[in-house]
This record gives sequence, C-alpha cells and structure tokens, in this order.
Amino acid sequence: MKYLGIKPKRPKIAVFDFTGCEGCELQLVNKEETVIDFLGSVDVINFREISSTISNDFEVAFIEGAITRDDEINRLNEIREQAKVLIALGSCACFGGVNRLKNAYDFKKANQEVYGKQHKETLPARAVKEIIAVDLQIPGCPVDKPEVERIVQHLVWDVPYQFPAYPVCFECKQQYTTCVFELGQLCLGPVTQGGCRAPCPVGGSGCWGCRGPAADPHLKEFLQIADEREFSRKEINERLSFYSGFEGML
Amino acid sequence: MLFKILSKEEFRNFIDFLLKDTEVIAPKQINVNADGKAIYQFLPVQNFEEIRLDYETTDYSAKTYFLPYKEDLSSCSFLGTIWDREIKYRIQPRAIVGLHACDINALLKLDKVLAGDRFPSPYYISRRKNTFIVGIDHDPCEGGFCQSVGADVVTHGFDLYLTDLGDRYFAAINSNRGFNALQQVKTREPTARDNNDYLEVRRRIASQFKPLEVHNLPNLMDIEFESKVWKKWADKCMSCGSCAMVCPTCYCYGVEERITMNNAKSAKIKQLYSCQFLDFATVAGGLNFRPDRETRLKYRYYHQHRGFVEAYEEPLCVGCYRCGRVCLADINPPDIIQDLQTEYQE
Ligand code: SF4
Ligand code: SF4
Ligand code: SF4
Ligand code: SF4
Ligand code: SF4
Repeated sequence: MKYLGIKPKRPKIAVFDFTGCEGCELQLVNKEETVIDFLGSVDVINFREISSTISNDFEVAFIEGAITRDDEINRLNEIREQAKVLIALGSCACFGGVNRLKNAYDFKKANQEVYGKQHKETLPARAVKEIIAVDLQIPGCPVDKPEVERIVQHLVWDVPYQFPAYPVCFECKQQYTTCVFELGQLCLGPVTQGGCRAPCPVGGSGCWGCRGPAADPHLKEFLQIADEREFSRKEINERLSFYSGFEGML
Repeated sequence: MLFKILSKEEFRNFIDFLLKDTEVIAPKQINVNADGKAIYQFLPVQNFEEIRLDYETTDYSAKTYFLPYKEDLSSCSFLGTIWDREIKYRIQPRAIVGLHACDINALLKLDKVLAGDRFPSPYYISRRKNTFIVGIDHDPCEGGFCQSVGADVVTHGFDLYLTDLGDRYFAAINSNRGFNALQQVKTREPTARDNNDYLEVRRRIASQFKPLEVHNLPNLMDIEFESKVWKKWADKCMSCGSCAMVCPTCYCYGVEERITMNNAKSAKIKQLYSCQFLDFATVAGGLNFRPDRETRLKYRYYHQHRGFVEAYEEPLCVGCYRCGRVCLADINPPDIIQDLQTEYQE
C-alpha cells in the first residue's frame, strides 16, 4: 500500500536494556488496541519482552536505561556500529534519569548500603548521548506509547519527526485543568517539554519534568515565579533534578 | 429589541424546559483556589441547582464549545484501492446559559472571522447556529476592562439576555427562537418601573469599571513599535501559550495528519495553537521569522489591538482579563497598554 505516493518501510528494530526499570520497554508492548499493528509494522529482531531470539541484523536500535558500568559502554559501542538509527528511549537513556541521583552520593558508601559485601563496579550514571551519538531522543518516565507509535510511524513512512515546541502547559490547558499553582502547588509544566498529554498536572500533582526541558525553556523566569510563590529553593531544585533532564542548566 | 419580565421562579421553569431536550451548559463551581476563591467553569448541567449565575468569571472561556481545542476535520478509511471520506460537522442543539457580555462579544468577533464571507468555517457555523445563548449582566470582574474596549454591553449575538432586578429578570429578546422559547413560561411586559430599575442597574454596573486609557491605541502601537516596553514584558514570558488557550477570542490553530497504526484510517486533526510558542512562525525549510519572545509577545498584542482593528474596525480583545489571570508571570493587557501610554507621554 502507498500513502501520498510513499511506500512504507519495514524497519528492523531491536530493543536493548541498560540501567533502568524496563518500564519504557514494557510501554512498547502496552496499549492493547494497537499493539499487534504496532509490532506488525516493523520487524522485531531483538526484544526480550516479546521473544528470546537474538540477532544482530537490525537497523533501528532503541536503548533503554542509563549507562552506569564499563561493560555497558562496550555493548553500546557495538550497537552504535550496527544501528542506522539509534534512539534513546525514556528519561534514563535521554538524561540519566532518576539513576543520576546517585551521582551526588559517595559510591563506596552507597555500594555498601545497597549490596553489602557484594560490592558492584559502578560509574557515575550518564545519558546515552554522553557516550555515543544519538539520532533521536524520546523522553518520558515512562515514555508515552502514543508518541512512540507516532515516531515509529515516521520511521515506517520515512518522514522526519518533529517534537513539539510547546511546554506541558499547552496540553494541560487543553484539558481544562485548574493550574496547580492556583492550588498552591509547584509544577514544572512551563519549562518542560510537552507531548506527554500532561497526565501529572491533570491528575493534580504538578509536573516533575520527566521529559526534560522544553525548547528554549525560560528557567530564569520560572525560578522567579516559584520564588514569588514562596517555594523554597531546595524544593525547586529537588524537583528540577529529580529526572536529571535539567542537568547542567541550573 | 423586545423586552419581557420574568420572575425568578419562572426562570427556573424556563431552565427546566430547556433541560428537557437540550444539552445545557452553564457556570458551575469546580474548585476553590489556595486563597479560598471559587473557581468556575462552563460545564453541562443536569438541573437548575448546579448553575451558579452569580459566578464572577471562569478560568476558561466558553469558546471551545464553538471552537474545540481539538477536532477531526475529516477522516478517511482505506480499503485496498478504494477509500471513503467522512466529514462531520453536524451537532446536536445546545444551550449556553449565563454568558457575560464580554464572552458574547467575543463570539461576535469570532463570527466576523469564521462566519464571514471570506473564510466561513462550516464547523464553527454549525455549532454557533445550533447553540441557544442566554446572557446575563453582572458586576465587573476583578481586572476586567471590557468597558474600555467596548465589550461591556452587547446588543446582538444572543437569544436572550438577562438583567437581575432582585426578584425578577429583565429579559432582552434577540431572536425568534428566543421569543418562542420564552412562550413556554409566564412573562409580562415591562412597566415604567421595570424599565427604570433596569436602567439603574446598568448605570450601577457601568460606574464600577476602572477606565483604561485606550484612546488611539492602534496608532500609538505603530509609533511605539520599537518601544522598550515590549522587551520589558517579553523578558518574563515563558512562551507557555496559556494566554491564548483561555482567551475567548484567540482562534489560531494548526492541522496535523494522523494515521492509525494499521494504516487503515487517516484523519486531519485541527488543534488550537498559540502565537507565543517558539515554532508558531516556523515555515517550510525551518525558517522562523518570530524566533524571539519579544516579537512573539508584541505580535500577540498587535493582533488583538491593532491588526484586528484595521480589518474589522474594533479590537479583537474583549477585556475579560483571563489572559492576565492565567499568566504565571503576570503579563497582562492593562499593564502593557498603560506602559505604552506612559512611554508615549514621556
Ligand atoms: S498545572 Fe502546570 S502544566 Fe498545567 S498550566 Fe499550571 S503550570 Fe502549566
Ligand atoms: S506532566 Fe511532567 S512529569 Fe508528568 S509525564 Fe509529563 S513531563 Fe513527565
Ligand atoms: S504571556 Fe504569560 S500566559 Fe502568555 S505565553 Fe507568556 S507566560 Fe504564558
Ligand atoms: S486578550 Fe486577554 S483580556 Fe483580551 S479577550 Fe483575550 S483573554 Fe480576554
Ligand atoms: S495571533 Fe495570537 S493573539 Fe492573535 S488570535 Fe492567534 S493566538 Fe490569539
């Protein structure tokens, strides 16, 4: 079938997990109504959530998780060599995610607390793009399945994907939400990349910035409005660092 | 205009009559803010008790009952080489009760753009024609400057318009269907005293507005095109687009093509957008002719208070102050207009 004169491709995809919770990978097989068509529009070469076959004949690689060990770096380099398109899937892969919180701690002590005597080698958590070139970043903790579907459709039809230029507020407002600031709560919506359909402010808990910074975020003004509403710098910074999307901007 | 008097009791019967076979939208209290102030929204109601005609204002305007945030313009189904197109713009009749003058004036402005001869939108027109509108007078809302932009009174664009005279309503009738609907309840002709009371209430309302200097604003804006005022305010703007989302007159939109995952259906989806977003003026090839906040904020004000005046001889803004109320950075038309006036005088 052709659409607007274009013939669809059938990209060979593989999904690899690094340091993460596998929540984003699970999202790929989520959404019952469309999952069969979703998986049917691509050739799944390597994806342990649905099959145990392993092959290296893939074109598109989805990377889930942050990079926290030496052996992960080698594996990542090998995947990069094979992949035509390499996609960071989820906030851990895009920014380091919650894993990055550990970077502020003493690793020896942390190791002892978590693993006791069975000490594990660990590096500071990093985003995939800090190690190899990334072609596309799909942020979110977890990723939003409809957005992943659209991105895969763009790969299938071979048209470039444009991430939204608007912040979370846009989709929040379009759902008639009472702004959580009005209710006395903090929200990172004005500076966070939209596209998630704003589930957090719509649910009443404010945005935690899991999708990282919006295009051209106005952090200076954001800090100003948060100060004016008497949120402590500690609370604001904790919020901004939680998913590490704003790393290096604060 | 035709006027009638109906008691509060009869008005209640009138709402019951509407509710029998029509979806009724009216202001409802949905929450209280951190300062204990009630938050209202235009929502479907099931009975008279839910309606709060004494509402001050709503965070969101009623525009999306005419111009939804998101709508399918057309959809296609593909069956092999055959395809089928579906376009839906018929809607069920609906009534909106309790619109203030500014919001009805906003609809009149949208009519000019969307129901005029140049680019009539069947989607908008079908909703507009199928919506029965009952307006109501009220004391000015906090921050509202509708009077300064000539939007505090309304003479058409509604079916009925009520003024509360204490124990009764003074009802202005502006359509056949408004007249016919009122036949369902007991009304009477206004007496000299009713007329007097009505005019008195109107005078009381009008006297409560704080005037905003808007004299010669379009020309002033032209002269102040390079003014520092724009940068001063734009430096605060987070480009969140919330001002346009709540504005009763903003009508900008984008259209996107979506296909289902099995490639069997596609849809053209229209979504309201905002001129404050970074990519609002991005054109083919990636060029953006409004890449900075200053230009974007300035052009929002130019459209509302200058461009629209050139095209239709009146501003687009109806002074409802929703954009000022929603803006976390406290960017608002009265302050900006005031600044421009001050700058000019200096
Ligand atoms: S709740 Fe958050 S996302 Fe929603 S409008 Fe307010 S600041 Fe923006
Ligand atoms: S609202 Fe914020 S925290 Fe919630 S999913 Fe969206 S970006 Fe993430
Ligand atoms: S003026 Fe205020 S509401 Fe409008 S885009 Fe700027 S910050 Fe958002
Ligand atoms: S620009 Fe602001 S004050 Fe004017 S109509 Fe829109 S929301 Fe109301
Ligand atoms: S250009 Fe801006 S101000 Fe004018 S209608 Fe569009 S969104 Fe509203």
